[in-house]
Amino acid sequence: MNMNRRGRQTQPNQGSRTNMGGDEPHSGNRGLQIEEPLLFELGDRQTTGIDFPALEDQHDIETRFGDLARSEPIGLAGLSEPETMRHYVRLSQKNYSIDTGIYPLGSCTMKHNPRLNEKMARLPGMMDIHPLQPQSTVSGAIELMEELAHWLMELTNMQAIALSPKAGAHGELCGMMAIKAAHEHAGDLHRNIVLVPDSAHGTNPATAALIGYKVRSVPAQSDGTVTANSVKAALDENVAAIMLTNPNTGGVFEREIVEIAALIHEAGAYFYCDGANFNAIAGKVRPGDLGVDAMHFNLHKTFSTPHGGGGPGSGPVVLSERLAPFAPYPFLQRDGEVARLVENSVDQAGDDHHPFGRMTAFHGQWGMYTRALTYMRSHGGDGLRQASEDAVLNANYLRASLSEYMSLAFGEDHICMHEVLFDDGFLKGTGVTTLDFAKAMIDEGFHPMTVYFPLIVHGAMLVEPTESESKASLDQFIEVMIALTKRAKEGQSADFASAPLFTPRGRLDETGAARRPILRWLPKKETLTE
Amino acid sequence: MRYLPLSDNDRQQMLAKVGVADINELFADVPSGKLLKELPNLPLMAGEMAVEQHMSALAARNLSAGEARGFFVGAGAYRHHVPATVDHLIQRSEFLTAYTPYQPEISQGTLQVLFEFQTQVALLTGMEVANASMYDGSTATAEAVLMARRVTRRKKAIVSGNLHPHYRDVVKNMEHFSGGNLLLCDPVFDGDEDLIAQIDEETACIVVQTPDFYGNLHNYARLAQAAHAKKALLIVVVTEIVSLGALKSPGEIGADIVVAEGQSLGCGLDFGGPYVGLFATRQKYIRQMPGRLCGQTVDGSSKRGFVLTLSTREQHIRREKATSNICTNSGLMALAFSIHMTLLGEKGLRGLAELNHAAAAQLAEKLAQIKGVELVTKRFFNEFTLRLSKPASEVVEALAEQKILAGVQVSRLLPENEDGQNLLVVAATEMVTQEQSNLFANLLKEVLA
Repeated sequence: MNMNRRGRQTQPNQGSRTNMGGDEPHSGNRGLQIEEPLLFELGDRQTTGIDFPALEDQHDIETRFGDLARSEPIGLAGLSEPETMRHYVRLSQKNYSIDTGIYPLGSCTMKHNPRLNEKMARLPGMMDIHPLQPQSTVSGAIELMEELAHWLMELTNMQAIALSPKAGAHGELCGMMAIKAAHEHAGDLHRNIVLVPDSAHGTNPATAALIGYKVRSVPAQSDGTVTANSVKAALDENVAAIMLTNPNTGGVFEREIVEIAALIHEAGAYFYCDGANFNAIAGKVRPGDLGVDAMHFNLHKTFSTPHGGGGPGSGPVVLSERLAPFAPYPFLQRDGEVARLVENSVDQAGDDHHPFGRMTAFHGQWGMYTRALTYMRSHGGDGLRQASEDAVLNANYLRASLSEYMSLAFGEDHICMHEVLFDDGFLKGTGVTTLDFAKAMIDEGFHPMTVYFPLIVHGAMLVEPTESESKASLDQFIEVMIALTKRAKEGQSADFASAPLFTPRGRLDETGAARRPILRWLPKKETLTE
Repeated sequence: MRYLPLSDNDRQQMLAKVGVADINELFADVPSGKLLKELPNLPLMAGEMAVEQHMSALAARNLSAGEARGFFVGAGAYRHHVPATVDHLIQRSEFLTAYTPYQPEISQGTLQVLFEFQTQVALLTGMEVANASMYDGSTATAEAVLMARRVTRRKKAIVSGNLHPHYRDVVKNMEHFSGGNLLLCDPVFDGDEDLIAQIDEETACIVVQTPDFYGNLHNYARLAQAAHAKKALLIVVVTEIVSLGALKSPGEIGADIVVAEGQSLGCGLDFGGPYVGLFATRQKYIRQMPGRLCGQTVDGSSKRGFVLTLSTREQHIRREKATSNICTNSGLMALAFSIHMTLLGEKGLRGLAELNHAAAAQLAEKLAQIKGVELVTKRFFNEFTLRLSKPASEVVEALAEQKILAGVQVSRLLPENEDGQNLLVVAATEMVTQEQSNLFANLLKEVLA
């Protein structure tokens, strides 16, 4: 049936790919790709998009504030409401997102963000409550925190939790502070070294260094894992802890983790586990059973709270029995029927707690707690396990389907967990780099995988499909990856080097950006110098 | 399970392709006996309706600010009206479900927003540059102290007694573990604190807040001069960013680093988070800054575009030599802040500030007339401290029973300070109505009688 019979017949394009005026469109826009100026080029100081009630009696700010009153213009630009809407909608359309398509960033875990989470977080009883209103008026919130804590401890078989860390790296900091506090409490002040595998995420060494530890690197084997022997060789009486990611940054489960934990404990040190990849094992393996003393979650990874273009994260930390007394303020305590948040030393009942201090104002990323608990409640224990299994299955399906075309970093027979790591061996001699390959994927409508991480693999490409991808989506991805691989091998390196071509901007000059940093808009003629 | 697209049939086909018979073969690296045989002892999968009922029941047990008969709680988190446009826009998939803009060609939306956000923050604070946001105001303050130590190569930080007590605790914690040398001053409730005498040749920075925790406004120009004379940095903390619509910016009075809580714009109360930390400083210190930075550049056709930049400061490049271990920013809340700020514009921000001050001034006047109430704060913006004739915690609880959320008793944050027992910190924003103020005054009178 001809659906177009009332209008003109659609025609195959017989014109050129330029528009009426020639190569450049009159508007600067091209179809749905609309150029958007900066806010400061659109708005002005007089425009506002908000109507306020008139003040009943005018208070003379200048008289009241005297020498503190603002007298100079601020320079802020305002827009009316429709202009604001258009500005941000146009900007949004320049972003790729998980709702747009597969977003296989290894270790970042871009999974579906259920909108029920958003709806629950916006209930007035969730969103419109103040962290310092009386605890007697927020018993539902405190119980929600208790419930979230219960789920996280049950999934890990750990004995205590600090909910407040604001993101994964902040959770690492919290866990490592608890460890340092435990050593200080025991009078073990000489321990100044933290073992970190060279495959670790950069936050691990940065965290250890931040609180005064020296970082001692532990070499990874060819498959990225750490052996008990290499840990043993690095251990001495000055070691305070090991920071180990499991599954590791190459997507491999640390096979000798139990032996490593035993060695660490024998040496009087603690085992910090980076839980960034917990989404591979939730409901399958409990870190507490492996000998872990502290582990942070990234609620925005494993439990689907939105990444929001770079945050907010949320990084609760579970702790073992030995570290439990050192959990920071605030912590949850139940006295019979009533659960409460212990906010300071005077609040505290009993002297079995030695909280090391406070990580943040208030109680942490509450809005993410509601979203994460909504997600967990939706899945249930069974659904969480299924999600982990599907994430692992999806990654292995990509591995098996691409192994003959791309080069697996750890060899063809090596199973992976939730993400699969390739190196750039398959591009050898083609003139195409990992970066070129990633940019060519953009022109195919995909977000690229994580590139050049972990550092232990040359030209790394770390692919994490997550459980949110259907088989059809994976099959399409595989097909395109194979096609790109062929094109690279056929010598079309120039095409790769110029990609992406169909994006709002081509490759951007990052070197220039760093050499002459322009970090803000300035009115014409003003410049800043370093 | 509705979030999982694979069917059992898909799973079978995929396992076959992988070459294993059972999913647990893919978990073969898990040490023996450690792979769970049973399901975790947790509730099972639940439909959207059931989850909604459960969560709604929890929410219903909280007294929301909107449901209260009067809401006067501040102390670092303020209840402002957030336009509907803000929440709609931040829920657009392309903003909500995008990652850190590591691939700039398909992240120009997020990047341009960050560039505009950085500009807004720099303008508001009166500084030259700002970063792409921190977790919140308190952690940003701790980072500012660390940065001052790097810039000055000194270890001593002087912290005002009137800095938000939670912020003090966060700074104290970080300094303890990172080997700093902290001088924590005692609070001076009416704001008459002399910090200049404390500055010496060892001082890396002085950390002060305005309006301070008790609502006092400060002119730190002399303190800035004294700090600079000793080559120390002045860090100014702002927990109520709306105040900058009416007050001179910290940059104007000589601050070297300004950190702020941006929650008031776009974020809502959210029981303490997620909020958005603002961090601004001078251009000459940018290579010592923590956190992400967005910078302007061009593509191959010389078209303007934006990228994350100066990442050689950051943990993913520098590892243990990074300026901070921070990895995420508070992207979505920075977006909310920026949209709200755009809607306000300069005119709206000034209007909002006036409304806030007027609401607080009227309330303070009303409450100060009550027997047993003394207004401690002399000059304030939208928050002030009262000395009551009874312990403030009792008053807060008694009023909460009447659904009036009266403010924050100082003893909740400084339980060991005996002088603080009867102090109540009260905030009033544009959301407070005359009726609510009157009801608060009447009930407070009854409670104190």
